[in-house]
Amino acid sequence: MLSGILVFNQKGENLIFRAFRSDCRPRLADIFRIQVIANPQVRSPILTLGSTTFSHVKHENIYLVAVTKSNANAALVFEFLFRLVVLGRSYFGKFDEEAVKNNFVLIYELLDEILDFGYPQNTETDTLKMYITTEGVKSDIANSPSDSSRITQQATGALSWRRSDIKYRKNEAFVDVIEDVNLLMSATGTILRADVNGQIVMRAYLSGTPECKFGLNDRLLLDPTTSGANGGRSGGGSGSGGGSGNKHSTRAAAGSVTLEDCQFHQCVKLGRFDADRIISFVPPDGEFELMRYRATENVNLPFKVHPIVREIGTTKVEYSVAIKANYSSKLFATNVIVRIPTPLNTAKTTERTSQGRAKYEPEQNNIVWKIPRFSGQSEYVLNAEATLSATTHQKAWSRPPISLNFSILMFTSSGLLVRYLKVFEKSNYSSVKWVRYMTRAGSYEIR
Amino acid sequence: MAMNKIRGAFAVPRKGETFELRAGLVSQYAYERKESIQKTIMAMTLGKDVSALFPDVLKNIATADLEQKKLVYLYLMNYAKSHPDLCILAVNTFVQDSEDPNPLIRALAIRTMGCIRVDKMVDYMEEPLRKTLRDESPYVRKTAAICVAKLFDLNPAMCLENGFLEMLQEMIGDPNPMVVANSVTALSEIQHTAPETRALQVTANTLRKMLMALNECTEWGRVTILSTLAEYRAVDVKESEHICERVSPQFQHVNSGVVLAAVKVVFLHMKYVGPELAKTYLKKMAPPLVTLVSSAPEVQYVALRNIDLLLQKQPDILNKELRVFFCKYNDPPYVKFQKLEIMVRIANDRNVDQLLAELKEYALEVDMDFVRRAVKAIGQVAIKIESASEKCVNTLLDLINTKVNYVVQEAIVVIKDIFRKYPGYEGIIPTLCKCIDELDEPNARAALIWIVGEYAEKISNAGDILGGFVDGFNEEFSQTQLQILTAVVKLFLKRPEKAQGLVQRVLQAATAENDNPDVRDRAYIYWRLLSNTSDQNATKNIVLSDKPPIVTTISSLPPTLLDQLLQELSTLSSVYHKPPEQFVGQGRFGADAVQRAAIEEQLQNARENPLAAAAAAAVSGTAPSAQAQNNVENLLDIDFDGGAPASAQKEPTGELSGLEGLAGTPVRVQSPAAGAAPAQGNLDDLLGVFGESGPSHTSPAGASSGGAGDLMNGFAGLDLSGGPAPAPHGAPPNSGSQDMMDLI
Repeated sequence: MLSGILVFNQKGENLIFRAFRSDCRPRLADIFRIQVIANPQVRSPILTLGSTTFSHVKHENIYLVAVTKSNANAALVFEFLFRLVVLGRSYFGKFDEEAVKNNFVLIYELLDEILDFGYPQNTETDTLKMYITTEGVKSDIANSPSDSSRITQQATGALSWRRSDIKYRKNEAFVDVIEDVNLLMSATGTILRADVNGQIVMRAYLSGTPECKFGLNDRLLLDPTTSGANGGRSGGGSGSGGGSGNKHSTRAAAGSVTLEDCQFHQCVKLGRFDADRIISFVPPDGEFELMRYRATENVNLPFKVHPIVREIGTTKVEYSVAIKANYSSKLFATNVIVRIPTPLNTAKTTERTSQGRAKYEPEQNNIVWKIPRFSGQSEYVLNAEATLSATTHQKAWSRPPISLNFSILMFTSSGLLVRYLKVFEKSNYSSVKWVRYMTRAGSYEIR
Repeated sequence: MAMNKIRGAFAVPRKGETFELRAGLVSQYAYERKESIQKTIMAMTLGKDVSALFPDVLKNIATADLEQKKLVYLYLMNYAKSHPDLCILAVNTFVQDSEDPNPLIRALAIRTMGCIRVDKMVDYMEEPLRKTLRDESPYVRKTAAICVAKLFDLNPAMCLENGFLEMLQEMIGDPNPMVVANSVTALSEIQHTAPETRALQVTANTLRKMLMALNECTEWGRVTILSTLAEYRAVDVKESEHICERVSPQFQHVNSGVVLAAVKVVFLHMKYVGPELAKTYLKKMAPPLVTLVSSAPEVQYVALRNIDLLLQKQPDILNKELRVFFCKYNDPPYVKFQKLEIMVRIANDRNVDQLLAELKEYALEVDMDFVRRAVKAIGQVAIKIESASEKCVNTLLDLINTKVNYVVQEAIVVIKDIFRKYPGYEGIIPTLCKCIDELDEPNARAALIWIVGEYAEKISNAGDILGGFVDGFNEEFSQTQLQILTAVVKLFLKRPEKAQGLVQRVLQAATAENDNPDVRDRAYIYWRLLSNTSDQNATKNIVLSDKPPIVTTISSLPPTLLDQLLQELSTLSSVYHKPPEQFVGQGRFGADAVQRAAIEEQLQNARENPLAAAAAAAVSGTAPSAQAQNNVENLLDIDFDGGAPASAQKEPTGELSGLEGLAGTPVRVQSPAAGAAPAQGNLDDLLGVFGESGPSHTSPAGASSGGAGDLMNGFAGLDLSGGPAPAPHGAPPNSGSQDMMDLI
């Protein structure tokens, strides 16, 4: 599979070189530097030269490169590189050039553990942190045989993500529903695309080996006819046909959402979900992403943007951007940032806003309008004018889209709600659960 | 003693970095030794040769500090080859470690032993490997399983003699899912490198075990198991159904590798289950595929290329999902281009309005390459969906009115194809003719001239327009010259009174003053046809005959190649849309084989997909960069750190052979059908027929702006008419078809 993992900084210096197979030669580092880092024309993340393939991702100011010599699984290679980023971030906080330079011994150690002969092994952060640590002192644990046999048991077991001996005085579970709402609206105000990418992040501080069941107001879950169809299936997946058929029938169950697709952390029993759509799992300790989902129907757009952009001759552009909050007046959004693109030859701008502050950022070619607190149902307006300098080369301005950033607590664009989270454990302790909702802007663009 | 002698042989410097490191490595303080080892590893990473320190590093191998041990092992793995004799000193530690009470150390020992590629070490591996394969700790067993694959890579005979393969096959039944996954991984690797060992034979029993482990092992293990399942041919329908049922829950996994692998298994096994069931699975795999489109750009790119393949086989699986493929402003170009292609593929008469509005939006952006593709996509949609053709033409006219130079040019090329498919748009010709002065690309000029020639009877000033071109005939690109020639002849045949002088002039210019043999030949052919007086209609029958209609301008892969690629879903092969033989592993068979493959790949890339070309070649197909590429090629093949591969030994003058390959390049461009492999030849023909021509087209006189119809126009019609044939009958069939392409 993978022949080697290389890490470069932006200048093209090789920070990490770990070969897993004999066909990964030191020379390859130079070739990657010359062919990719020093070559601005390369636009694809995959590059094959001869029979050597470089797949790279960029994170912060480093390049992470996987070298393969065979017809490797490209999806797996990239997933692995991104996992490496996740690992690096959880170990060092920030995974950048400095972190790599300061921790290169640890990174070699990690690579040795998570890849064997180029095949990815266990990459669970929590498990790895048990025996590969930033402080050398802790490796004493790994040095004692009884502890390490426990560790290895976990690193390979069916519950490779959880230790067995976790104890908390107070058993708590926090559930964060975080939604990224994406919008693409045309200049005429028609919605071209609106969808929600959601994730449910859980922080579980639960003792023992708890078995959790998790319920949402997912319509397929609630709709009794669907579960009947699923329960009555004779096998061969025929029930799923019934399920997807129902999806397009009437929106019977009010207050429920239709999830287009969901993906789960590996602790979730997928077979169980497939059969009767019950999300059941034994959670890893601490924070993890339980599931991701996608919803496209009935998306509640938190903000309505009404921009008027007028180009007056070749010397002036006038803006009038009105934003209305579409959510309940009890809620409010924080950190609302509106970026309004200006032509490249803007000389100066004047802005007037009914709320918040607007500033021209020449390096971004944007007017940035910041509203720290945006209460529900209110409407704010920005009027601006950009004066353009005369240019000899009159090139059409492509008018990039206006984009929004925001976050709103206790609001979900999809309407998703957590209905229950049940925890079952041998010792039968009671546990406290907390749920929080947040909606952020994904790519919220108005052309 | 022995150590001292060896050290003497290396003549150690008395100062400098190496000296300091050495002093640290033999220090009496443990922390200083550890620090020096770290520094040594750092120097190694930076590419400095610290192999001279080998004996001193080796002294630190016997330590209780696990971290230090790992560092020493890392050093050993890197430099073992340079000091094969000294490695023997480490063997004892390895063997001891492999019996350590701590499973982490046992695993570390066996893992590292397999990476020290020295014969002496291999000899000592047998016992530890046998023991660790039966270790009580699953962690050690899973590591040992991979070690068997390493041993097989080093010494297959030894691996077979000692029965390690059988042990590994038994381990598929291991109670631990990760051990199962790694055993399958190792066996599958051995199976692929040496199919004759029949290492991985899936039986009903192993199938059951793998399906069980599938739900419990790590995500990476799942990918391995799923890939194995995809290669497996089920014995009957029932088994296929069973596999699909057990695998489809994996669509919901968060790792895109697992999702794609699961899609692959279900897609391949679906062929054998009932059509109803297959349909439900197709429906079921659509949402996860769409979800992949919202992942990181790199993963997205892989997913999009795979979706493209799946759509070519099953065109309607995503036809409700057009919107998710809309390009975001910040998408990287490689993602945008692929999204465009997919959007055109899933266009139908229900979503076409939405799509056109979107494409028009793209056509007004600034990235020139993207804009061109968007305009081209509009043309593809027009030809794909008849009911939308009028809207498409109107959109294109709107775009022409923007007067943005490259938009206009691309739009005209596209409109030419639309004319070929749908009659009745002659009304827009005057609008097109107005742009004539703005066209500076041969493609666009040729397209417009073709239109003028084709509709000469309806354009009152056709003579004037063409006259202008004839005046500057010798300044045009040969591609445009050919079109001028044809257009003038068409005009003459349609309205002889207007073009008598013009045709004389152009034939004169093309035959007497032109250097290009293609242009001269074509001019001579027309000349003879026109001077043929025995049958007045023969010339008309040939030059003005009806053209077969265009069916599609969307490029697709030939069915056999497509089926082959579907077996390779989610691999590099599926990203490049090329069979793996074209880009992997021929290094063993000689440098020139690799070079040929690389050159061919690059050329084909340039022809079909400039983006992939940019991926395969660092810079798209210009000669100097091709040369740079070849140098790189040679660098890749020549081993700089010992253990040279066969290729370098056979071809000591690799540099030279690269240049030879280069010299061959233009020849292959001229006649693609002659040099390419059969499948590739196929593709070439197809591409030619569809008039596919990227901006980075390497052949100036290639079959670019033409089409299938015109192909028949030149010679084929001639045989039908039964007139005297001036055609070069002696020409070989291959180049014959090439000529026909040119005779538009």
